[in-house]
Amino acid sequence: MKLITAIVKPFKLDDVKNALKAAGITGITVSEVKGFGRQGGHTETYRGSEYQIDFVPKVKVEIVISPDMVDTAIDTLLQAAATGKIGDGKIWVTEVETIVRIRTGERGADAL
Amino acid sequence: MESGNLSWILISAAMVLFMTPGLALFYGGMDSRRNVLNMLMMNFYCVLIVPILWVVIGYSLAQVPFENDFLGSLDAFMLGDVARAGDGTTLATIAFLGMFAAITPALISGAVADRMKFSAWAIFVPIWVLVAYVPIFKWVYGGWLGQRGSLDFAGGTAIHVNAGIAALAAVLLLGKRRGEVSPPHSMPLVMIGTGILWFGWFGFNAGSALAANGIAAQAFMNTFLAGAAGGLLWVFVEWIRDGHPTNLGAASGIVAGLVAITPAAGYVSGAAPIAIGAIAGVVCCYAVRLKRKFGYDDALDVVGVHFVGGIVGSLLIGFFANPEFFEGEFEKGLFYGGDTGLLIEQALANGVAIVWSFIITTAILLALKYTIGIRVDAETEHNGLDLALHRETAYHD
Repeated sequence: MKLITAIVKPFKLDDVKNALKAAGITGITVSEVKGFGRQGGHTETYRGSEYQIDFVPKVKVEIVISPDMVDTAIDTLLQAAATGKIGDGKIWVTEVETIVRIRTGERGADAL
Repeated sequence: MESGNLSWILISAAMVLFMTPGLALFYGGMDSRRNVLNMLMMNFYCVLIVPILWVVIGYSLAQVPFENDFLGSLDAFMLGDVARAGDGTTLATIAFLGMFAAITPALISGAVADRMKFSAWAIFVPIWVLVAYVPIFKWVYGGWLGQRGSLDFAGGTAIHVNAGIAALAAVLLLGKRRGEVSPPHSMPLVMIGTGILWFGWFGFNAGSALAANGIAAQAFMNTFLAGAAGGLLWVFVEWIRDGHPTNLGAASGIVAGLVAITPAAGYVSGAAPIAIGAIAGVVCCYAVRLKRKFGYDDALDVVGVHFVGGIVGSLLIGFFANPEFFEGEFEKGLFYGGDTGLLIEQALANGVAIVWSFIITTAILLALKYTIGIRVDAETEHNGLDLALHRETAYHD
């Protein structure tokens, strides 16, 4: 079992969700997050004073998935989330020790 | 007095009352999300305590008898027989003036945002109203400054300059806020507050005619035009200078224009309100930068908008006053064939108000500083005043 975590631009979330669905991925978890990377923040001006806003809003997409589907998921994310401009986000994959479906108590691949 | 006049005073009084919650939203939106409730409470507190104070002794000290030079008396303690006389006009006027007394200290709250103890504010407000507001109000309306010929139709000197200089005195004693200053947490609240203020300001200025007559109508039109011109010019200056037309610029300019037309509302006509509002919009847009130059932390620009806007409007009366148009018994401004006499009286009245208000404000806050303290501790300031002082949170999310 793998956990794919992707940080994407908020306005690409609908595209990402539809593309993942079309690729046969059955479940994702989404959170609104803030962060900064090379994109940096922006400035806002109020009454002539500049305020630096460092944290940029992003969406975090988490997918728990079987190892053979990882490449498909990554390709799908790359296609759907990319704009080619700085700030498109990152994808990383981590090992998941176990997974349990709460309703039935099933474990491992059965719980996916 | 006709019922039409009485009706207009009553409606105007309610409109002026509505300005304090409007001001609370105007300031509260500009404040950070962890201090917005403290800001609202500082404003609402003014409409809790000042109306009572006004009826018990404030009005009597400020206006009874009207002929006194420096201070009224206690003859109208709890209003006494004054309220019963006549057809309700006096009672309605007392209520109307009470609304002004309530919003004046509320104006100061924007400067002391994010760091003043509420207990100190709670004591400061009633004392300041009695010792700073009431005497200046008396001198301007019926007292020695008014008798000399200075003009203040609805409270430029007595309210905006008075509160604006008190705000400066307060922030000099309080010191700067710690840490990074947050940008406005809710611009939509600022815009709603601005709308409420502008609406209420028609009662504030046109109601100050104390009759439903031609002067009221001209003051109404002036309030309309000066707010618009102030907002328009502030937006244009920002657009050209900083690159973007901002909501906060529009809101600030509207208020600056309204502040400036307040003392002049019943003395100017024609294009004068457009000029006064426009000048205030430009001057105040630059005046809000003075705090960076001089290093005082006037959080929400009470000095830059209310003090400077009040001075601008008050002095421009010396140029634009048009007694012929109003068939009024006041001096002509320089543009209508008058001499510098009126301008000098305007400067004198404001100078007196500035000195008195600054000294009294400093004295009250010094006394509080060395007794109960006027500033919250560093941890409260960092975490926000809402939870620490009021046990409330504006936004649970």
